[in-house]
Amino acid sequence: MSEIIVVTSGKGGVGKTTTTANLGVGFAARGKKVVLIDTDTGLRNLDLLLGLENRIMYDLIDVTEGRVPYKKALVRHKRHESLYLLPTSQTKDKSAVNSQQMNSLCNELIKDFDYVIIDCPAGIEQGFQTAISAADTAVVVTIPEISAVRDADKIIGELGRAEKDNIKLIVNRIRPDMVKKGDMLTMDDIDEILSIDCIGQIPDDELVVTSTNRGEPVITNPVSSAGKAYKNIVGRLCGENIPFMEIVPEGFFAKVKKIFKM
Amino acid sequence: MLDAIMKIFGKESKSSKDIARDRLRLVLVHDRANISPQLMEVLKDDMIKVISNYMEINERDMEVSFTNDNSSVALVANIPIERMKHSAEFKR
Repeated sequence: MSEIIVVTSGKGGVGKTTTTANLGVGFAARGKKVVLIDTDTGLRNLDLLLGLENRIMYDLIDVTEGRVPYKKALVRHKRHESLYLLPTSQTKDKSAVNSQQMNSLCNELIKDFDYVIIDCPAGIEQGFQTAISAADTAVVVTIPEISAVRDADKIIGELGRAEKDNIKLIVNRIRPDMVKKGDMLTMDDIDEILSIDCIGQIPDDELVVTSTNRGEPVITNPVSSAGKAYKNIVGRLCGENIPFMEIVPEGFFAKVKKIFKM
Repeated sequence: MLDAIMKIFGKESKSSKDIARDRLRLVLVHDRANISPQLMEVLKDDMIKVISNYMEINERDMEVSFTNDNSSVALVANIPIERMKHSAEFKR
């Protein structure tokens, strides 16, 4: 069965776009046909994270305004052939697409794809309302900082108002050393405060930065702890029962391994 | 004084995580208390239903609202009573 997922957060810079890219690659690696839609019009970045920035011909606005059929605007991923990107415009702004256009586009896409994943802009204005309008499932990304958790709570309230009941939480950028010292909120703390079904905790991992530099989502990196966490999340979204990985500070051997890039 | 020394050695009485959690809990009560007028009406109607089992109240002059101060949020209801019912009239 096909599913439309929106990745949202309220606060900017918590890893929405990174999460969207990794979920996309993760589903595609399982043989699913996936399309990622960047709705952060004016601040487009999903293309960069996927390494597809040089292949864009048309964008979301060209499609919603009827200049080209959506198939013409899709960019196919180089390595994952069942993964496609529908990039957005870098020159227009977030009001260029409305909820109605988004709904009819997603209704078309859902006929051809197993997963439609929408990367939502930060904030709770029209761009957010448009991005969530067609979604069956909302994935809320937050980080263990009070401002991000508060914004996540606000977003959960807004999703409820829009009658989006299937909401999942991802806690990103957890630092195991700080958790151990009692200096960082844990997934359980955030889970308890927000009372939303949590589908993953992602440790803070330098490999996310280096893989973003290369335009290859970290989920493809077999040694990355964040990559493994993303793989688990993809499994859970596919309905598998995967236990949460333990968030523990890296041991001595793991550090040595990383230094030698083993 | 002891607190200051403990701070130097990085041993505060409460971990920063616990402070963050407590602050969040409180701020979210404030944030979420901002509920819609429609919901407020539904709440008011439900309260009237329950209270009417025990006493007759003046529904027109009844006021229900949230009040905030720095450390807590309260639901305040001002309900004028017209007549207390006899215990024989109580609906159970």
